[in-house]
Amino acid sequence: MVIYGLALLSLCMFIGTYIGNLLGKVLNVSANVGGVGFAMLILILASDYLLKNDKLSEKAQSGIQFWSMMYIPVVVAMTARQNVVAAVKGGPMAITAGVVAVAVAFIFVPLLAKIGEPGVPLPSIEKTKEVS
Amino acid sequence: MAGIVAVFVKYNLVMAFIIIGAVMYVSGHISRLLGKKIAGSAIAIIIGLILAFVGGTITGEGAGGISKIPLFSGLGIMGGSMLRDYCIISTAFGAKISEIKKAGLAGIISLFMGVISAFIVGVVIAIMFGYNDVVSATTIGAGAVTFIVGPVTGAALGASSDVIALSIAAGVVKSILVMIITPLIAKQIGLNNSKSAMIYGGLMGTTSGVAAGLAATDARLIPYGAMTATFYTGTGCLLCPSVLFLITKAIIG
Repeated sequence: MVIYGLALLSLCMFIGTYIGNLLGKVLNVSANVGGVGFAMLILILASDYLLKNDKLSEKAQSGIQFWSMMYIPVVVAMTARQNVVAAVKGGPMAITAGVVAVAVAFIFVPLLAKIGEPGVPLPSIEKTKEVS
Repeated sequence: MAGIVAVFVKYNLVMAFIIIGAVMYVSGHISRLLGKKIAGSAIAIIIGLILAFVGGTITGEGAGGISKIPLFSGLGIMGGSMLRDYCIISTAFGAKISEIKKAGLAGIISLFMGVISAFIVGVVIAIMFGYNDVVSATTIGAGAVTFIVGPVTGAALGASSDVIALSIAAGVVKSILVMIITPLIAKQIGLNNSKSAMIYGGLMGTTSGVAAGLAATDARLIPYGAMTATFYTGTGCLLCPSVLFLITKAIIG
C-alpha cells in the first residue's frame, strides 16, 4: 500500500527530529541539531534493509518517490514565502555581509573537495528530460 | 465571483498546487525559449522570489512573502518547513551510504569552515559599518551564518532588536543569493558529484538556499547537499553565542 511508504517516511522524520532535539538539549542550544539529516540517514538504512528483504512493495516505494518528485515544486513554493523584502531593504550592511559570506563559501568548495578521495562526477543527464 | 474566490481561499493548499503548477509550466517554457541554458527549476525559483517580493510589498509585512495574501496562503503550507523537510528526507530514498562515507571527513570540516568563515565575514563587515560593540558584531556575524543563528545568538547575548533585524536580513540575503548563484557557478566549483555536493551543503548551510540551489543545478545532488546543510544551523547555534562570541570578545572587546 502506498500509505506504508508515507508512514515510513513520517516515522523517520519524527525519529530524526527527536534525535536532533535531544542533541540540541545535550549541547545546550535552542535549535534542532541535524534532525533532518538524522531522518535521512535512518530512511537510507531502513529502506536499504527493507528492500534487501523484499519488504517494501513497489507501491510503498512510489509513496516515498512521489514526495521526492514533489521536492522542486515545494521548494518553489518555499521561495514564494521568503522575506525578500527584508533582504532588499536590509541596507548596504546586510547585503554586503550576505554577498561576501556566500562568495567566501563558494571559494572553499573546490578547496575542501581535495580532502580524501576525489568525487566521481555524475554521468550527464539528457537535459531535455524535465526534472519536474 | 466572490464565491469562487472564497473557495480558492478555503481550499488554499489545492490552490497552491495550481499556482505552482502554472509557475513550473511558465518557467519550463521560458527555459525552452532560452535554449535550455538556464534550467526550468532555476527560473521557477526566481519567479518564486519575485512573487515573494511583490507579495511582501503589497502586505507591507515582508515576512511570509506572497503567502500572507489569503488567495496565496496555500503556498505557506506547501512551502512551509513541514512539507519542505518531508520532501528533503524523501530524497534520501535511493541515496548511497558509500557516497556519504566518501565525503565524511571533508563534510565535517566543511560544516565548521562554513560556520566560522561566514561568522568572521559578518563580524568584519559589521565593524566596518560601525557596529563596534562585541554583542552587535557577534549577532550580525551569526546572521551571516544563517537567518536563524542570528536571532538565536542575538537573543542569547541580549542584542538590540534593530541589530537582530539586521542579522536576519544578512542571513536572508545569503540564503537568496545561494539559491540564485548556485546553478550559475556549479561548473566552476566542481559541483557535479555527491562529495562536492556534501561539502557545498556544509559550507553554505542555509537549508532553503541549498535546497533551492541544488534543485536548480542537478536534482540528483539534493540528498547529499541537504544532508550536511541540516547540521549547519545547529552547529552555528552551538558555536556563535559561545566559543565564537568569546573569541570575538577577546579580540575586539
